Amino acid sequence: MDKVVSSPEEAVADIVNGSTIMFGGFGVAGIPFTLIKALYEKGTKGITAITNSPGGRLEDFDLSVLFRKRQISEVIASYPVYSGKVNAFEELYLKGEVGLELVPQGTFAERIRAGGAGIPGFYTPTGVGTVAEEGKEKRTFGGKEHLLELALRADFALVKAHKADRMGNLTYRMTARNFNPLMATAADITIAEVDEIVEVGELDPESVVTPGIYVNRIIKGEKYDVGFE
Amino acid sequence: MTSGLSRELIALRAARELRSGQYVNLGIGLPTLVSNFIPEEMGVVLHSENGALGFGRIADEGEMDIDLVNASSQPLTLKPGAAFFDSALAFGMIRGGHVNVSVLGAYQVSEKGDLANWMVTDRRVGSIGGSMDLVSGAGSVIVVMEHTTRSGEYRIVSECTYPLTGRRVVNTIITSLAVIDITPKGLLLREVAPSVTVEDVQAATGPRLLLAEDLREMEL
Repeated sequence: MDKVVSSPEEAVADIVNGSTIMFGGFGVAGIPFTLIKALYEKGTKGITAITNSPGGRLEDFDLSVLFRKRQISEVIASYPVYSGKVNAFEELYLKGEVGLELVPQGTFAERIRAGGAGIPGFYTPTGVGTVAEEGKEKRTFGGKEHLLELALRADFALVKAHKADRMGNLTYRMTARNFNPLMATAADITIAEVDEIVEVGELDPESVVTPGIYVNRIIKGEKYDVGFE
Repeated sequence: MTSGLSRELIALRAARELRSGQYVNLGIGLPTLVSNFIPEEMGVVLHSENGALGFGRIADEGEMDIDLVNASSQPLTLKPGAAFFDSALAFGMIRGGHVNVSVLGAYQVSEKGDLANWMVTDRRVGSIGGSMDLVSGAGSVIVVMEHTTRSGEYRIVSECTYPLTGRRVVNTIITSLAVIDITPKGLLLREVAPSVTVEDVQAATGPRLLLAEDLREMEL
């Protein structure tokens, strides 16, 4: 079994217009820059992006590049905008060119986890009494109100990991883990971009965070020296 | 009237509110400054919702690693005993009641403890991030903020006018002028900043303040 593909172009070749795609990353850490660039070059349009943030901190490398090329039409996110800066998403959102479903971050993470684990929905106290409760079923447990939240799934998940073996087992590095292991479980096709590809048997099974069963394709990422803001 | 404490002194006073052995999440902005005033020997463990426990100070130039950041994408250092985990576990810790204290910034806090901290209505879009999960799951919620807006409008109000983060969730407010607890009877003024009077604090606060029996000046 060898899931390594030869190029980023090949990895994203079947991502057609209108696809729903999860993108890993939190802030500047754990973003699949190489796969985003490949998607930019392929030009897939009408994307629904499921991502904690639609980018803006590293706007020459993150999802900002896809917004500027009008490739994303819908966003499901928890942290879409930053203080003191207008990102490419916000410009298009305020013009009505991109839609947004805003989700509390813990609910966002759990909806993806549920999607990957075959759980259609769950109740959470987060967001009761706020805009996050609009249109949602409420149920009281232990005298406290909860909201029914539904699982999230995608056609593709583009994730960033540290090491992969050829069977798709993945390890992560520090806070670059974030949403990546969750998203890897919740898509029909998961594509992992990694710093290093190793032979089967070289990863300590105890260190594997994403078992290969969740991973369909692996590419070695380009090295990006993006720096901090 | 005095403008009161600097941001650093607000953060210092907030750090004094923490107790040994607590697991504490610091929100984006002013709350991140609190980490500068937590003594090593205090045994407070910092939680970051992007997947880390036990981080230390902000990293210096030369030790920055893009894979090691806090929720504001500032480069971090680690303390011995640190741990990493994914975002679902990070929020399982919060929602599951394992994080003892959440320190958050705010646009407005109501006298009932409602919090508005994620969106200024005029912008038409905002970022919720982890704030709704934190106020719903953390053991106690401390708000740190300037007592009023730059133009002098109340931030401590009868009813929040900005979109809410949570209802009846704030326990304590630490501002440039005062320390105030939210109690069933209303806002209880516990401490005033040095050279600030009770009248100064009341003049900068929407609802009427109750005075604590042991009301005193902040020790900084």
